[in-house]
Amino acid sequence: MPEFTLKLRRYLPESGEAAYWENFTVDLAGHRSVLEGILTARDSQDGSIGIRCSCRAAICGSCGVRINGKPGLACNTHLEEALSRSDDGTIAVEPMGNMPVIKDLIVDMDAVHWKKMARVTPWLLPDGPPPDREYVVSHVSMVDITQSMACIQCGACVSDCLSMEVDPLFIGPAALAKAYRFVGDPRDGQHYERLKDLSEDPHGIYDCTHCFNCIEACPKGVAPMSQIMRLRRIACSDFDIDDRNNGHRHELAFVSNVRKNGLLHEADLLPDSYGGKFHPRAVPELLDSLPVITRAVLRRKVTPTKALLHPHRKEFKGLRDLVDRVENKEERLELNLYISGVDEDPAEALEQEPTK
Amino acid sequence: MKVAYWPGCVSRGFTPELHGSMAAVAPLLDIELIELDRGNCCGAGVIAEHNQELADTLNARTFALAQQSDGGMMMNICSTCQGSMSECQGRLDASAEYRQVINDNLSGEDLRYEAGLTNKNLAWLLVEDLGLDELRARVKRPLTNLKVGPFYGCYIVRPTDRLGIDSDHPRDAYLGQIIAALGGTVIDYAGSHKCCGFPLITMNKTASLKQAGRHLGDATDADADCLVTPCPLCHLNLDLQQPLASREVGRELQMPVLHLPQLLGLALGLGPKELGMGRHVVKPTSVIDWSEAVVAEAAAA
Repeated sequence: MPEFTLKLRRYLPESGEAAYWENFTVDLAGHRSVLEGILTARDSQDGSIGIRCSCRAAICGSCGVRINGKPGLACNTHLEEALSRSDDGTIAVEPMGNMPVIKDLIVDMDAVHWKKMARVTPWLLPDGPPPDREYVVSHVSMVDITQSMACIQCGACVSDCLSMEVDPLFIGPAALAKAYRFVGDPRDGQHYERLKDLSEDPHGIYDCTHCFNCIEACPKGVAPMSQIMRLRRIACSDFDIDDRNNGHRHELAFVSNVRKNGLLHEADLLPDSYGGKFHPRAVPELLDSLPVITRAVLRRKVTPTKALLHPHRKEFKGLRDLVDRVENKEERLELNLYISGVDEDPAEALEQEPTK
Repeated sequence: MKVAYWPGCVSRGFTPELHGSMAAVAPLLDIELIELDRGNCCGAGVIAEHNQELADTLNARTFALAQQSDGGMMMNICSTCQGSMSECQGRLDASAEYRQVINDNLSGEDLRYEAGLTNKNLAWLLVEDLGLDELRARVKRPLTNLKVGPFYGCYIVRPTDRLGIDSDHPRDAYLGQIIAALGGTVIDYAGSHKCCGFPLITMNKTASLKQAGRHLGDATDADADCLVTPCPLCHLNLDLQQPLASREVGRELQMPVLHLPQLLGLALGLGPKELGMGRHVVKPTSVIDWSEAVVAEAAAA
């Protein structure tokens, strides 16, 4: 039987001692899970090792940890796979990030994850009284939210959220993916209210830094960041929600900038995202950035002429028509590869309908 | 090697030193750049969050121009372009039906995208096509004793499956490999694969600057002489905004941030001035001092 060395992060807050690493060697087949390794060490070597687990089948979401620095489920990671990602021949297991540690590998999900989940009103808010019998919805209308429904609440995405690392108040990827589960649900009657709330909150949908960490972390393919982008898309394009965080304005300013110039003209983008160069919102922002702008001009990074005048090049003459043509379509087309999958045979795929 | 070259917007806007340094190093690496001067902005993820079909159409337009050119594979010098374009290409290549819809959008300009374009960031091309041995062989001034921290930019390291990152293609480690091949010392620090904060700058400036400030501080604590990045948008937050980031995290920061072609240029024998280092907001004093010392040493010998 092969031998694996698990390097576990040990910590007991009430002890007053700092966290430390402790090695445990277990004899297990390589296809056994990291969780089985930890439980073996606990059963045979040190009964005080703290780990939360239940189903051992990647369903309950209890055993979220960081393995060799990457988030994942301990029950869903083979020992040999974990070892192959190790730099020093040991499998390092530590608690998830962005949440306080209760003991060893157990984090306080109530203090962060569940609190944020409650923030997005994670239940159906239908319009009017409920029907006498069940709600009847078409299969197609529910397909879109199956990706966000695949979440098992393990907290791996919360653990590695880089926005939350600098702004602990950010509602975060798991809760916002859950918000999309209801915004995309045709039975819910509060789509606008939900989006207005999450757009206006300074720690809401526009506080995501677009780092893809949650997509990488999720063991179930939920792609929380993609769900946040869907929330933004619906808030901006369908409901035209003008938020206080410049999210909607930034999106529109970006599209209009590219439509007009072909290439991005950064000198316009920033003030336009605040409502225009002379808008009261833009003035303090521009004043705050004045030392930086001055330095950039002095270093010839930006010239005043280039910043103020952007040449309209003839190469991009057709671009306005192109942008207008797509923007003015009655129905917005989206292809979600999680649902549609990838063509096996391009010729065969021509006969299929794209997901709308 | 001839490539259809996509410089992106920012290299011709607020980071002109990136465009200039790429033009300067390309002949030294025998890379012929066929610039896609009709190509348009990739949308940087923002257009995709507004209207996915529009982002895919705009990028398909640039891809079609690359396929029309005689440049062979497409090469970019921006992590954000790489990530945004890979995301759109993933959808375009996944479905012939969807591709047809997008190509119909392009019909006004008589353009058409055919699935299967190869689009690589300069860092990927250096490792996978030029090769690290070849790069090493071309080094004129090894970056001996220059301590360089890699800063990748999110879009070029995640999601790994979309970007083709696996054990055979550890693209999320290429910057380190390039620094080492150029003779420099790779500095390992906490922020190398994290977000620079740029996408948040208009929405949550505090959080954005805090991100940049922390990474710059971590690199300072790890004793880096400079950072190097393949992403001009990261450069904006790490260099242009560094004085504000410094204020936000409450510590003095003077960390030079180089563009990848600038670091290549130094090792290939070009001087800091030729590589546009005078245009940085944070003057790369440590790099200039290193370069002058190396040149003086060579002259004395």
